Amino acid sequence: MTPDPSSRTAVNYLNVDYGVRSWLLTKDHKRIGFLYLVSITVMFAIGGLAALAIRLDLLTPAGDLMGDDTYNKMFTMHGVAMVFFFLVPSIPAVLGNFLIPLMIGARDLAFPRLNLASWYIFILGGGITLYAVLTGGVDTGWTFYTPYSTEGSNTNVTSAALGVFVSGFSSILTGLNFLVTIHRMRAPGLRWLRLPLFVWAQYATSIIFILGTPVIAITVLLVAVERSLDIGIFDPALGGDPILFQHLFWFYSHPAVYIMILPAMGVVSEIIPCFTRNKIFGYKFIAVSSLAIALLGFLVWGHHMFVSGQSVNASLIFSFLSFAVAIPSAVKVFNWTATLYKGSIGFEAPMLYALGFIGLFTIGGLTGLFLASLGLDVHVHDTYFVVAHFHYIMVGGAVMGYLGGLHFWWPKISGKLYPEWLARVSAVIIFLGFNLTFFPQFVLGYLGMPRRYHVYPPEFQVLNVFSTAGASILGFGYLLPIVYFAWSMRYGKVASANPWNAAGLEWATPSPPPPDNFAETPVVEDDPYGYTRIDPGEELQVA
Amino acid sequence: MPDSHAASVPHAHHHGHDSHAGHAGHAVAHQFDDAEQQFGAATLGMWIFLLTEVMFFGAILAAYAIYFVTYVDPFEDASNHLSLALGALNTVILLTSSLTMARAVHAAQTADARTQVRWLVRTLALGAAFLVIKAFEYGSKFEEGLVPGIGFRYDGPGAAQHELFLSFYFALTGLHALHMIIGIGVLLVLVWMARRGRFSAAYFTPVEMSGLYWHFVDLVWIFLFPMLYLLGRH
Ligand SMILES: [Cu+2]
Repeated sequence: MTPDPSSRTAVNYLNVDYGVRSWLLTKDHKRIGFLYLVSITVMFAIGGLAALAIRLDLLTPAGDLMGDDTYNKMFTMHGVAMVFFFLVPSIPAVLGNFLIPLMIGARDLAFPRLNLASWYIFILGGGITLYAVLTGGVDTGWTFYTPYSTEGSNTNVTSAALGVFVSGFSSILTGLNFLVTIHRMRAPGLRWLRLPLFVWAQYATSIIFILGTPVIAITVLLVAVERSLDIGIFDPALGGDPILFQHLFWFYSHPAVYIMILPAMGVVSEIIPCFTRNKIFGYKFIAVSSLAIALLGFLVWGHHMFVSGQSVNASLIFSFLSFAVAIPSAVKVFNWTATLYKGSIGFEAPMLYALGFIGLFTIGGLTGLFLASLGLDVHVHDTYFVVAHFHYIMVGGAVMGYLGGLHFWWPKISGKLYPEWLARVSAVIIFLGFNLTFFPQFVLGYLGMPRRYHVYPPEFQVLNVFSTAGASILGFGYLLPIVYFAWSMRYGKVASANPWNAAGLEWATPSPPPPDNFAETPVVEDDPYGYTRIDPGEELQVA
Repeated sequence: MPDSHAASVPHAHHHGHDSHAGHAGHAVAHQFDDAEQQFGAATLGMWIFLLTEVMFFGAILAAYAIYFVTYVDPFEDASNHLSLALGALNTVILLTSSLTMARAVHAAQTADARTQVRWLVRTLALGAAFLVIKAFEYGSKFEEGLVPGIGFRYDGPGAAQHELFLSFYFALTGLHALHMIIGIGVLLVLVWMARRGRFSAAYFTPVEMSGLYWHFVDLVWIFLFPMLYLLGRH
């Protein structure tokens, strides 16, 4: 009854049924992960095209390409698509969905039907938002600040807010499903301290999903209601407080950054031991630091409001806590670095992304501390310094982690190998393009160029041209994996069950895995990351 | 189907006789090893969902609390626009419905289908009564010109803050009413399932989970009633 992993005709989750119905009504976590992969790639393309338009417009100081209103709509579309419909669902909904049951030795998530429902809710939310964009757009920025979003703007804020509201439930249900699955569905012997660090990271992320998302949901709902029914929760004319919106918004949206970065950290924690053939250094510290980041992350939102009229005392505390949250992040970086020490490091594409992640995340994190400093923030607040900082975290960090994970697990997901050489070249192109795009923005911001303006003094042009050139390279770099992943689905070499010689239960299944994952429930007897160091001249081996 | 799993379900009567074997609701879904794991997953999932709900209501209640502290006097005045009698009546109705819901959960494990249906229908009727009274309250607010946005006509002292208070009143009670409507929908499904004899000591998860939800919605009202209706009374 056990399917032979080497047999090409073995039943797997991809070939079990080819009908469209079988995909749209699937309850298999692997197929739902795949559905998410396709949907968020579409959203990534939409957000990416908007970014390209922004960068082209910024080539000239006068912003010749488009008018002011169009520019506002472009950066709003870019932010909304990328944050709510690409970055937040990226690693959890695609890789988390696919991998969590495999990694813990389960046949599926705890609630497969709920899992499918969360994908449909995501599609509904995305559809509503796209409708808002196609019927005129939104110009408030992804932050929907009041009173502009409630009284000032005459664009489609209401439907965009509803789209975000709806998609929030997709996050909540995914988080709920993951938490229950990790608590209740682990294979015999898989104690908490034997869980892969990717699972720990998803666990911490899920906590943010279920505690943070309802707050943004009610907040954007109140904005939508205030616009359409004229009730005045944030309306200054009634004594309402627009700043209250910022508090509620950032109560979710700062932790949302950890929704993006924690899963990427989980991916990196899997890739690094595999490509150094080392046991991960400081397993417990990495695991617990994920929880620490998730919980501390809820206490720092006020660092977005140092210049919003927040009290100095509150700002002092938020500043201190923001510095504190850097500690568990640094714990991870040091542990990854220590894992590299005396490892036999391979530079395959996933590892290139992981190494890129460490460098770029470190820059993004440290510049975050500049912004958490009360005095310096006054100077760089709302400038391109902020834009550069959070892109180092969200693109340099989260997207690098996502791409690294996609490459690492692609043989498992598709059953095929991607072209390794081309993938390495793409990773390098993406790394270079990224830095050329965003490093100049640190300088621009420090010199005083404000964000969200498309007209700027001529002395800023050179750096803006660099940035736009970088964005074009970056865009090309992103195109390559989309093309060769799609290509490899059909033409790629057949992958073995464990092409990386990696440890972890997911590699104990055939590639791609059968619909029920495991023929027999596995029993776990060892700690994770059972890699043994290779001395020169020895064969690769996995304990 | 083996009936040994009955013993592993909490609260179950250990009679080991499974008269409804074969119903879809009874089967252990393929991703679970046994009924105990399935029940544990459902329970944990429901509590996590309720945690989400706490944050959902918590955010808007926190906003309300901040405004109340800022505008104590006008908010206390505005609270007198609400009908204490109807609010109190609704509180009694909801508390009673929690009792009947608890009886429905108990009946699902111990009693025949008719008794199960009876308690579910009583709960349903009380929930509907709550909504009817709520609708009357909304109607009178409309007649008195106290609906924010559309025709707010009160112009006494602190009129703006009165409108703010009433904005919260409608937002909070509206969200609560929405949860009640969803709860009634859930009860209708339970009645349908109970009539088909789906529930027994071995399998009553849907009733138990819906009970948790119903009690939670009840609990939200227990917070809303004093925070909205009792502010102005000393
Ligand atoms: Cu922040």
